[in-house]
Parts: sequence; structure tokens; C-alpha cells
Amino acid sequence: MEVPILKQGAVLIATFQAALSDADLNHLRSALVQQVVRFRSRGVIVDVTAMDVMDSFASRTLREIAHMIRLRGAETVIVGIQPEVAFAMVQLGLTLEGVATALDLEEGLAYLNQKFKTMK
Amino acid sequence: MVFTYLFLHDQGCEMGEPCAVSGEEHKRMAKRDESSELLRELVAHLRQNRTQLREEWVGRISETRLLTAMTKEEIFAEATSVYDSYVEALETETFEALQAYARNLSERIIPRGVETHEVVGIVLLLRDVLARSLFAKYQTDFKKLNRILDAYEPAANRIANTVAVGFVQERERVIRQQQEAIRELSTPVLQVRERLLILPIIGVIDPQRARQLTEQLLRGIRTNRAKVVVIDITGVAAMDVTVANHLVQTVEASRLLGATVIVTGLSPEIAQTLVTIGVDLGKMNTVGDLQGGIEQAERLLGYKVMALAEPS
Repeated sequence: MEVPILKQGAVLIATFQAALSDADLNHLRSALVQQVVRFRSRGVIVDVTAMDVMDSFASRTLREIAHMIRLRGAETVIVGIQPEVAFAMVQLGLTLEGVATALDLEEGLAYLNQKFKTMK
Repeated sequence: MVFTYLFLHDQGCEMGEPCAVSGEEHKRMAKRDESSELLRELVAHLRQNRTQLREEWVGRISETRLLTAMTKEEIFAEATSVYDSYVEALETETFEALQAYARNLSERIIPRGVETHEVVGIVLLLRDVLARSLFAKYQTDFKKLNRILDAYEPAANRIANTVAVGFVQERERVIRQQQEAIRELSTPVLQVRERLLILPIIGVIDPQRARQLTEQLLRGIRTNRAKVVVIDITGVAAMDVTVANHLVQTVEASRLLGATVIVTGLSPEIAQTLVTIGVDLGKMNTVGDLQGGIEQAERLLGYKVMALAEPS
């Protein structure tokens, strides 16, 4: 299942609808990295509210997405990690180092707007 | 036992049919029959000498300084009911009534600080007193005494066992209940300002409590939409490596939910533990005391607190 990517102003929003296969994740990564420059976006939000399991591949891909997008000149925020998922991830050592996280979409947008202001 | 015997008997040989009970079985039944016969005699003896034996028992109880938490009158009243239940249990050989009584008794006396050894002690004393009275009664007929004791001892042992188990079970129930209550009270997650939570932790943290704490905190972050959390561990004297690791994991999991955690009030021992397990201090945000932690949290949230007037 492909992940829809929405454009909202200077921000791209990708919302997971269900658990994704590894191929879907790879596809999402290349799509986001391409579109961020095409749309001249300054921020990307990846919403994982619907994910109730986060394996090592998914979490590594999220980290790669964030780092690649930074190299392409934009900021990434991962939003909507469930409490149980968060603790399970930490226990597995998947802590998404160097990646910004926020509670939900609203918080993620607020974080990016704050960032944009300081970048000006 | 008499009833069981009759029941078995009924099944074995119907009216008019030849009896199918083997000789071996006959012998066993005869023995059981005799033993209940003896028990009946025993019960009659105990009923007859109720007043005297009870007096003696109560005397022995105060002599050995058991049940010091209770008054003489109370001991006497309880002793009377215990004695009667005891004799009844011997007579009917059913222990349900006694069990229920033991549980009821335990419920009443546990809050007053009666110990396990006291309860077991008084039952064993009663057993002792009754056995002595049997010795006195049958001292001329040694064979009969032997047979009576054969019937009495197993029943008495079972009674002692029943009472002790009832008491211990009741005690464990109380302990479980209290543990539950403590656990529920132990981890409040409080909102002190919009988007700022504090989690004061007091007492010993075992792995189970740590897990519960994490769950409540992460859920609290979600429901209160918190951005900053202050975990105050001034009231925690020490923690082992497992729990310290768990604390670090909690901090990281909170970050994944988008909240910053500030840990305050680390004791020197805990600081030592954290250094020993090699915590990445870049991830841990620590402040000396709770006040400092809340002040820093307010700065992070953009609050500015100022005095409107000089304190009077």
C-alpha cells in the first residue's frame, strides 16, 4: 500500500494508513526525497499514528528519511508514535537519534513553524 | 466417615444381592468404623469435660504469654468458640465450618497484631491439653489409649493444619490488598502548568513499579499533550542498574512522543549508578532540585514567572 504525500504550504505530510511492508517503506523514502526538492518544501512530517508495531527496518528507514531530507535542505518530524510503540522501540534500542519527534500532527506543524522562524 | 461407609456399602451390595465387598475391604471398613466409634467416644468425653478442659487451655495460653494483644475476657470468649468448633470438627470430620471460623477469626485478630506463631501455638496447646486429658482417662488401659490416639491424632493434625492455613491465607490476602493499594497510590502524574507534567517518585522502585510508572507517564503525556515532564526522584535513595536503565529508556520513549524530560533530585548514589552504566548525558536532562527543574521547564515552554510585589 502506498503512502499518500500531501502538500500543505511549505510542508509535505506523509500519513501511514496501516502497517507497511519493507518495499512500501523504500518507496516512501524515494518519493519523499524526490518531492521535497520538486515542491521546494522546507519541512516534512511523517505521521505514524496508525502504526502499532515498529520494527528495526521501519525505524532505520525513518531515520534515513530524516537524514536524507536534511541533506536535501529541509527538516523532518516524526509524529504520532504510540506510547506502547515508543517504549518497545526504546527497549529494542531503536531510539531515532538525531530525528525530531512530536506528539501529533498539530505539534509537528508547530515545531516546523518555530524552526522556519529561527531559520529566517 | 460413617456416611461414606454406608454409601460405599450401598453401592457394593444391593438389597438381596450377594455382597461384592472383598475381605480386604471389609477389614478396612471395620477399621474405619472402629475409628469413628472411638472418635464418638472421644467427642463425648470432650463434651463432658468442656468447662474444665477449656479452663485449663486458657490457663496454658496466658501462662505461655500468647495472644498478648487481647484481653482475658476476649481470649476466653474466643477459646470457647474455638473449643466448640474443634470438637465439632472432630465429631463430623468436616472442616468447612472450622475453616470458615478460622478465616473469620483471622480477619478479626490480624488487624490487632496477632502473629502466626501465636495462632498456631494456641491450637497446638489445645491439642496438647486434650491429649493429656486422654492420657489421664485411659492410663489404666494402654491398648485402648493407643487406639484412641490413633483416631485422635490424624484428626487433630488436620484441624491444626486447617486453622494455620486459614490464618496464613487471610494474612496473605491482606498483604496483597495493601500492595495493590500502595501500587495505585505510588505514581501520580500531575499537571502543574499547561503542557507541563511532574512525576514525583518516592520510595523504592522495583522493576514492576518502574514499568507501571513508565506506562502512566507515557499515557499522561498523550492525554495532557505535555511538552515537558519533570521527574523528581529526590525521594528515591538508590536504584539498581535495571531500574536506572529503565529510567533512561523512559526518558527516550518520552522524547519519541515529543516531550522533553527533566530529571531532578538525583542522589549521589543514583548519579554513581548512572555513570557506572554509562548513560549518554547528552540525552539526559538533569537539574539539582525540583524547583530548578520546574524553572527550566518553564523556560522551555516560554513562561516567565515574576513577582508582582515584594512578599509581605
